[in-house]
Amino acid sequence: MHQFFPNGVGTYLIGGLLIGSAVSFAFAMAGLVTGMSTVFSSSWSLVSRLPYFQQDRFVSSCRWRLALAAGLVLGGVLFLFTVAHGVTFQTRIPGWRLAIGGFIAGFGARLSNGCTSGHGICGVGSLQLPSILAVVIFLVTAIITAQAVATLGGA
Amino acid sequence: MRASTLIVCVLTGVLFGFGLAYSAMVKPEVVLSFLRFQDFGLLFVLGAAVVVTGTTYRFLPRLLARPVLGGGFCSHPSQMTRQTLGGAALFGIGWGLSGVCPGPAIAGLGVGNWPLLAAIAGMFAGAYLQGFLASAQSRPIPGDAR
Repeated sequence: MHQFFPNGVGTYLIGGLLIGSAVSFAFAMAGLVTGMSTVFSSSWSLVSRLPYFQQDRFVSSCRWRLALAAGLVLGGVLFLFTVAHGVTFQTRIPGWRLAIGGFIAGFGARLSNGCTSGHGICGVGSLQLPSILAVVIFLVTAIITAQAVATLGGA
Repeated sequence: MRASTLIVCVLTGVLFGFGLAYSAMVKPEVVLSFLRFQDFGLLFVLGAAVVVTGTTYRFLPRLLARPVLGGGFCSHPSQMTRQTLGGAALFGIGWGLSGVCPGPAIAGLGVGNWPLLAAIAGMFAGAYLQGFLASAQSRPIPGDAR
């Protein structure tokens, strides 16, 4: 088993339980389904007059989604100053891959109306077939892409 | 939007972001090591989150008539369309290239992972292009008698 889990499973399992608890908390308290990619569209409703961004589902959720995003950053800060003892982490993945990968992922997630959290956690959690298929598809294309980049010598 | 709802969202984000950091998902290298079959831990992150969420979504509405703060339990049905499936394929390509997806991109800033700002800028740009194209497609064609 060690070869499949060189870093154990404990931190992954606990992190996943915390994430599931967070999604459950938002649902129990406010009835909200908290996928993370929508904030990248709903925030545009503040500055863009394009009819797509002025849909009610973006305009009405813009504020709580920004609050959610602010909380995400604070959660990272909380981790930094507790578990990580103030030691920051910076990725070594080249900036162009972060920017272009982020662009493609952002476009795709919004076209698909969900990402790893929206489809992967909320959609699969509610056993919705389109979300389950979306997860299978993005896992396959992500694995192919990551393996191809590794084969071409990328980190 | 009530202040109490916004506070709930901030607290949700804190718990979510802490979980992403604790499970090392804010490190693109760890995500890529999963996609390259070197460390399958991500399956436990996703699996545990799905089981907890699924249990809540399924059983909580039977225990509570409405959310604690009032209103109703939202459902967000996903659509079986070409956009959903094609968009997912594109999302995977971007995720596999960068090792970054939306939640960890934002939470990563909290652990000082500043290079992720490039991914966030890319995501905002990608989301804008999607909205721009969708707006262009839905615009009535001149002379179209609708």
